[in-house]
This record gives sequence, structure tokens and C-alpha cells, in this order.
Amino acid sequence: MNLVPGHSTCAGCGSSLAVRQVLEATGDDVIVCIATGCLEVTTTQIPTTSWKVPLIHVTFENATSVAAGVKAALEYSGNNHTQVIALGGDGGLGDIGFGALSGSLERGDDILIICYDNEAYSNTGMQRSGLTPMYAATSTSPAGKKEWKKDLPSIVAAHNIPYVATASIAFLQDLKMKIQKAMKMKGPRYIHIHIPCPVGWGFDSSKTVEIARLAVQTKMWQLYEIENGVKKITVEPGKKPVSEYLLKQARFKHLTEEQIKKIQDRIDGS
Amino acid sequence: MKKIIEGSKAVAETAGLIKPAVIAAYPITPQTHIVEELARMVASGKLKSKYLEVESEFSALSACIGATATGVRSFTSTSSQGLALMHEVVFAGAGMRLPLVMVVANRALSAPINIWNDQQDSISERDSGWIQIYVETVQEAVDSLLQAYKIAEEIFVPVMICMDGFYLTHVIEPVEIPEQNEANKFLPEYIPKFLYLDPKKPITQGGFANPLPYMNSRKQLSDSILESIKTVKKTHDDFSKQFKRKYGDGLVEEYKNDRNICIVAMGSVCGTIKEIVDSNKEVGLVRVRCFRPFPRDEIKNILKDKKTVIVIDRDISLGNRGALFTEIRDSLYELKQKPKVVNFIAGLGGVDISMEKIKKMIELSKKKEDGEMEWLI
Amino acid sequence: MKAENVVYEPGSSKKNKTGDWRSFRPRVTEKCTGCGICVQFCPEGIIEIKNKKAVIDFDYCKGCLICANECPAKAIVKEKEKK
Repeated sequence: MNLVPGHSTCAGCGSSLAVRQVLEATGDDVIVCIATGCLEVTTTQIPTTSWKVPLIHVTFENATSVAAGVKAALEYSGNNHTQVIALGGDGGLGDIGFGALSGSLERGDDILIICYDNEAYSNTGMQRSGLTPMYAATSTSPAGKKEWKKDLPSIVAAHNIPYVATASIAFLQDLKMKIQKAMKMKGPRYIHIHIPCPVGWGFDSSKTVEIARLAVQTKMWQLYEIENGVKKITVEPGKKPVSEYLLKQARFKHLTEEQIKKIQDRIDGS
Repeated sequence: MKKIIEGSKAVAETAGLIKPAVIAAYPITPQTHIVEELARMVASGKLKSKYLEVESEFSALSACIGATATGVRSFTSTSSQGLALMHEVVFAGAGMRLPLVMVVANRALSAPINIWNDQQDSISERDSGWIQIYVETVQEAVDSLLQAYKIAEEIFVPVMICMDGFYLTHVIEPVEIPEQNEANKFLPEYIPKFLYLDPKKPITQGGFANPLPYMNSRKQLSDSILESIKTVKKTHDDFSKQFKRKYGDGLVEEYKNDRNICIVAMGSVCGTIKEIVDSNKEVGLVRVRCFRPFPRDEIKNILKDKKTVIVIDRDISLGNRGALFTEIRDSLYELKQKPKVVNFIAGLGGVDISMEKIKKMIELSKKKEDGEMEWLI
Repeated sequence: MKAENVVYEPGSSKKNKTGDWRSFRPRVTEKCTGCGICVQFCPEGIIEIKNKKAVIDFDYCKGCLICANECPAKAIVKEKEKK
């Protein structure tokens, strides 16, 4: 196991689960470049570390740029087998790191980019991010966010990279399949994992996987892959009403019927 | 080989001699010719480096950090706004103890936006933990770039070579570019010593530090950069022995410094000052080459008997005086008999520091009080 | 030279026994079939199947109880942690 216990993630944290599984699928021959965020701060408390693979953290927004440099260095040294992984949250890749992400994709850096999306700036106390869903209450949008969630996987796909996929911690076989597929390809590959956050979203720590599953079962989160431009649904979306997913989380408890309907309509049309 | 060459191209060719594994750079006036020349060298197959066409300066230095952390040499270059954008990673790179090397083509900082030379950009990074060397000529830039890698790889403190934008980057003059075998002799192949990313020996670089580990880490860096003054000197001496070119003692260059009045400055303006010193017998020159770590003891020793010290700052630490002035005056404070130290702010945003201006400074300084500052526009 | 900010020992966080965070703890009952689903879903990765039964490492278990929630046989029960 390459992400060992003893880290200070919250009980029931989805990101440590996701990354533990990702590293199982990638194997040992990797170098991870991580952005500042929940996972970085909790797993690298000097003088200890939870990582058993080489890890570098520089700042919040440059996971992909650092990864590009690492990969170039490996290639120059004749090492074509070690994979370089850029790991960041929805903040580090979707907001503050957006420019660096886009640059890396356009440049065709041969790296695997993984976004662990807990739909807010969790590390600093659940402030809203561009990937926070509509109406969600966060500490900087206490009355509910007024904008729809930024569709980062689609933006990434618009860069025409070899592989883009979405994943969920409730569907681990699907996630592992996607990681293993990505590992065999070259060029920029992007996997976006949906990570429920018990502390931030407001549900009991035991329900993390259940909430992730409900997201897929209500079509709030869709699992697909785009391989060289061809999109394929990998897990059939469910037909449960979105309220089953939304009302189980404190961040959506204040939603009116009209707001829920708005969300349902948008999901039905997608 | 001696050739007539543009300053930027000379720097690029020297970087080529060093054969960095990874070059990541984003263009910004007046550094553009450096990265363009490197791109040509890579495209022609002459240079086998990996050239990353990044989308911002932030990514440029970040990529170099990633590369250097993986145990190879990297190179980048920037100016002004680009360096300001890199500020976060400049500090991070030093804190991570990586042997990075960067060439800064000194240019004024916005606002207002201006593309011409002053030293505000690199001066504003003086707290970062990078060694800073300010060069007077293109030749010195070439020579210092070779020395930079040697220094950085010995003590694991990154090195910034600062050269005046346009004055040195765009001037065309005869420069001695070392041959490949001479460069190899001075700077052998890089063997990463102690901290690099390797799946066979996993380390965590750049982790989260609670208060005590943080302060310990910063003290370790501080101790290293203060110690590095010896390394800067020794590397310069080793270089001089092999190439027969020297720049003072590597830290400070004295030019006819046996007179009562002394001008202290950094960078290409010192060439102009030397012309004045040649004809004006009352004034000498002390050129500060190594600004970080600051050569406090050297400065104290060579300025202690002066009547007047005129410090020309091509920068301003707004809210106080010029940065060089403050450092110089602080170094002299312990002396029982202190010279009068005055500060002239000149040459900001590319305003020429002409010989007339320097002569005016000498005259004005005679009537000034110790610690006074005047802007000579 | 050992840099103060580099961690040279991989996996050294194991020194930090997060088990003392717990307010509740999971208990594996006889209903356990050894299917291994809890192993997959544990965020800390501290469940193993030994002799066809789930065994939890209580040095690190934070008591999130995802294992109990996900167990298809409902073989894991939630108990209060004794202090």
C-alpha cells in the first residue's frame, strides 16, 4: 500500500480512499506531484509522510507544471517507464491552477492528471470553488451558490487529449479500470474523481461512499470516458430523483422545491 | 572562442554549454532573445535539452523545480513582471534547497508598465534565499552563469544571475565564449547528491511544516546561504585560475579605490563609473558583485577609511531608501569612524545614468548630510 | 546534507496512531463472509481479510464506520468506544 495510515484526513475522507485506490492501480513506478490541498497537508506532516512513492509539493496552482518538469527530466535521462502523476483538488486544478492545467494539456505533457473533486476549498474550511454545485451552502456562499458547477472534464476534453474520464469512489472497479487504461497511454490523460466530503457537505462520516453512489444513481455525477474524442458511458446513470441525493447533505438542506426542480430539470436535459 | 555576439545570445550559448536537461522559459522583454536563441539551438538539434514551451513564468520556474527535483540541471530566464509572477515559486525553490539557476534580465516593475532597465525586479526577491550576482558586462554574465551551477550544486542554494536588460542583453560586443571541453572541465556532469525523486528511494519533497520544523528549515537555509559567501568566492577563484578572467575577489570589485570618495553601485553602470574614475582623481569605485549573501565584512573593510561613500541605487525600497544603500550603511554601522554615506536613486525605468549625472552626484554629495537620499531623474 | 524539509523515510506517518480519535468503533460479527468490500472502502486502508474474516487495525481506525455502512451482510456493528 503506497498511502499508509497515520495521516490526519478526517474520518470518512473520500480523497484518501480515492488516492489509495489510484496508487494500487498505478503500482510503484510513479512520481506524484501534488498541489496544496486537503490531501497534501494531511499526508506530509514533516517529519513524517504517508507516501511510499516519491512525492513533490511546490505550491497550490502548479501541480501540472511541476509534473511537466519531472517528466521532461525523466525523458532526458532515458527513463520512459516511470509515470508522472499530477494530483490536485478542484481548487488546485480547476480554479487557481486552471491556467497551468490548460497549458499542460495544450502542450501535450505526457502526464496523468487526477482531480479529486470535493466541490469546495475544503482544506481552508469549505469555501466555494468554481466546481461547487448550484445552490450549495459553503462558508463563502452561505445562502447557496448562485452559479452552476464548472464542467471541468468537458473543458479538459475540449483540449483534445487522448483520454478524459470521470470516476467515483463508489465505483472502484470503474475507477481502477480507468486508471489502468490511462497508464497504458501516452500524452495528457485526465481523470476526475467525485469525492464526497462528510465534514464539508454535512453528512455522517459513514455515508461517504453511499453519497457518492447516490450522485451516480441520480445522474448528478455521470461516469464516462472519452478516448481520442469518442465518448462512452461506463456506468449507466440511475433514475432516482435528485432530492434523494441533495437532501441527505446539510449543504443542500435549505433548498426550496423550486430549486430542486431546477436542478432536476437540468439533470433530465443532460 | 572570441566572437562578436549579442549579450542574450552569449548567455544562451553558455546555457547550451552547460547542457541543461530541461529548459522552461516564457518570453518577456528584454529576455526574449535568450529563450529564442535556446529554442533555435534545440530545434537545430545542436542542443539536446527538453524545451518546455510553458504558458506563464509561474509554470516556467515550477517546471524547472520539478526537473531539478528529479536530479537534473534546468535553466530558465525572466525579467520584471515575469519574476514578480514567479515570486511564490522563487521562495519555494529556495526553501526546497534545489540547485536552480536563473538569469534575470533586469527590468523595471509595473506600475506604470515599462520595459527598460532597472534592478527593482531582482532586488525585490532579495529575501527569497537565492544567491544574487549582479554582472557588469556580457563577459561577466557568461562567466557567472558557469559559476552559478557550480555554486548551486555545492551548497544547494539556488543562484540568480542579474544582468541589466537592454544594456547587456541587447548590446553586441566581443565576448569570449568558452569551448565545450573548457566548460566541461570547470563544470563536470551533474551527479545529484542527496534529494531527488526516484521511485527506488521515495522521498517527500515540500511537505507541510508545523512551526518548529518550519523555523528549523529556514534556519538551515539561512546558515547555508551565509556560509555560501565562501563558495561564491572560491568558485570565482577556481574560474579565474582556469580561464584567466577575474571580477574583484568574486564578491566585490575595487576599481582605483584608494581615494577619499567612493562610489558604490551594481551592474552595467559601473562601466560608466570606471570612465569617470579614470579621469577624476578624487573618486574610486566599489562594485558589489555578490548582493546575496551580502558581503558585510568586505564592505566594512574596504570602505572604512573613506570620507564619503556615494551609493547609486537602480532601485528604490519605497518607504525608505535604496536597497543597496541600506545594506551598505548597515555594514558600516559598527565602525567607530564612519564615512558619510549618501544615496542617489537613478536610472529607474531605463533612464540613462550618463557621465554628467555621475559627475553631478559627486558634486552634490559634498554638500549632503549622512543618510540623505536624492532622486536624480 | 539532510535537508530539514525533506522526509526521507517513506510511510513514516505510521508512527502517528490515529486510533485515539475514535468516539465509536466498528465490531466485526460472525455474519462476516470475508467478501472484502470493507477492505476496499476503508479510507485508511487498515482492514485485512484473515481466515475469511475482516480484521480491523484499531491502532489507526478513526471510527468513520464506512465499513459498517457498506457491508452487504450487515456484519459490522457500531459500538461506543470505551475510554
